[in-house]
Amino acid sequence: MTALVELMLDRRSLGEVGSKLARAAAFFGFACVAFASVGAWLWEPWRQRFFPAYLTAFAWVLSLTLGTLFFVVLQHLVRAGWSVVIRRLAEFFAAQAPLLAVLALPLLLGLHDLYHWTHPEVVAEDPVLLGKKPYLNVPFFLLRLAFYFLFWSWAGRFYYRASVAQDESGDVGLTERMQKRAAPAMLVYALTVTFAAFDLLMSLDPHWYSTIFGVYYFAGAVVAAFALLISAGVLVQRAGYLRRTITREHYHDLGKLLFAFVVFWAYIAFSQFMLIWYGNIPEETSWILRRTADGYGVIGLVLLFGHFIVPFAVLLPRSIKRSPGTLLYPALWLLLMHYVDLYWLVMPEFGAATPHLVDIVLFFGLGALWLSGAARLASRHALAPQKDPRLVESLTFENA
Amino acid sequence: MSNGELRVVSPPELWGLAAEFSTVDAFLAAVAACRKAGYVRFDAHAPIPVHGLDEAMDIRPSRLPKLVFLGGLAGCALGLLLQWWTNAVDYPFRISGKPLFALPPAIPVVFELTVLFSALTAVLGLLVANRQPELYHPLFELPAFARGSDDRFFVVVEAKDPRFDRHGTEEFLKSLGAESVFPVEVR
Repeated sequence: MTALVELMLDRRSLGEVGSKLARAAAFFGFACVAFASVGAWLWEPWRQRFFPAYLTAFAWVLSLTLGTLFFVVLQHLVRAGWSVVIRRLAEFFAAQAPLLAVLALPLLLGLHDLYHWTHPEVVAEDPVLLGKKPYLNVPFFLLRLAFYFLFWSWAGRFYYRASVAQDESGDVGLTERMQKRAAPAMLVYALTVTFAAFDLLMSLDPHWYSTIFGVYYFAGAVVAAFALLISAGVLVQRAGYLRRTITREHYHDLGKLLFAFVVFWAYIAFSQFMLIWYGNIPEETSWILRRTADGYGVIGLVLLFGHFIVPFAVLLPRSIKRSPGTLLYPALWLLLMHYVDLYWLVMPEFGAATPHLVDIVLFFGLGALWLSGAARLASRHALAPQKDPRLVESLTFENA
Repeated sequence: MSNGELRVVSPPELWGLAAEFSTVDAFLAAVAACRKAGYVRFDAHAPIPVHGLDEAMDIRPSRLPKLVFLGGLAGCALGLLLQWWTNAVDYPFRISGKPLFALPPAIPVVFELTVLFSALTAVLGLLVANRQPELYHPLFELPAFARGSDDRFFVVVEAKDPRFDRHGTEEFLKSLGAESVFPVEVR
């Protein structure tokens, strides 16, 4: 009961601060995207870079929503109690799929720049692409994208709406409904994320395929999601909210999960690499060779050390996971590393590894637009569930 | 042996004092009080996990993680050495044009041996650090201690403790709110 009293004493809602943040982020994001668009319209090098840079940044913000959506659905699937106080932050992020669907529209203008299987004259002379045509054709591609975004939007909005509705009514039936839908939602989630990764990223090189590619994107997305939840939690608390609601016990568990998924990501990345190394077939190795030449080898090493070895060593001790102020830094670092990971997936298809101003402008542009969407929701509701049946369990949670 | 022979029975030796508590709060307060009073050879027994017990007893963080890390490193090094020596040195045999020794195919074995050595170090280290297996413990001579796995909490001060005093310690434990204080004897 004292835990509940403490919760009542906490500052819970961003309110006006959230609306201001949402407006500022939206303005900044629009300005960045407009700047990059005007640049692309005026200068040829910017034009050539615009769509690859946009796709990389888009895949990054998309993975933040997909990773947090996985977290939300997972908590209901396993009926987790410990995570209730940080679930609302994840719900704000996971509910951004409709916004992402809008942000995906510019990609449709760049289909011919990004995916060379969209050129009929190229496909006509390429027996491999001709064989893949029943799957890789523009109408079916758009239909699939529409389905993915419809499902993600439905799932993200459903969990967000049900959760904030419970703040008012305290209806336990809402929790039961969320749990009931978690298992089928997780199943469809796994399929949509896998095929979205195939469609958006793997088909950049339509000759190459890897059945583990979807899991690779998923693993990176979940690393980013836990890094995001830790960062958001610490920053929100530093700003004076939820001070007594989220404790170091919750960060300890988030840190453990972040550590686990850093290892999982490396495991998947290595599984993909080792099979290609062992098979040593030109149609498979070409993808790796392109990502070790023209300066991309250095980025690959940055990923090996920056996305696995260093975070592994840093996140290993218990003391770091129990100190939120310290845990913030590896978390922010991994958010950046996830972008580098996606850069390494996309950019080798479009020339040498020379960083471009458009990359940075669009990274901040799409990042800010996405953040404004989450901040808008955060300004309207409490930052932690208020009447969840497992709230007290979460507030008093301790790692044994 | 014949009936007339004498068997030497040593008198029971006092091993320590066991104080029985019925609430978690009194138990935790008693543990903290024992530490503050300067006792070093005492232990706490509870039928359920009690949060804050480590802090109350002022138990230093386990050194086991460092040992496990070293065990893992040893497994890692052994895995590399094993594959390099058998494949590239002792019996070099080129298969399908692959290098005699290369890192990518060596990693699964290195990984497995790292995990195996870490796990074995953790299990064996845990046994050694807890002085297990311990086949006899005088506390189990105490019938009242059976409730220590049901609904009672026990604080046990050993006679070996430099501050131990048969009557002083008993009074001290009673003053902490113990339901009763039992002598624990080695038979």
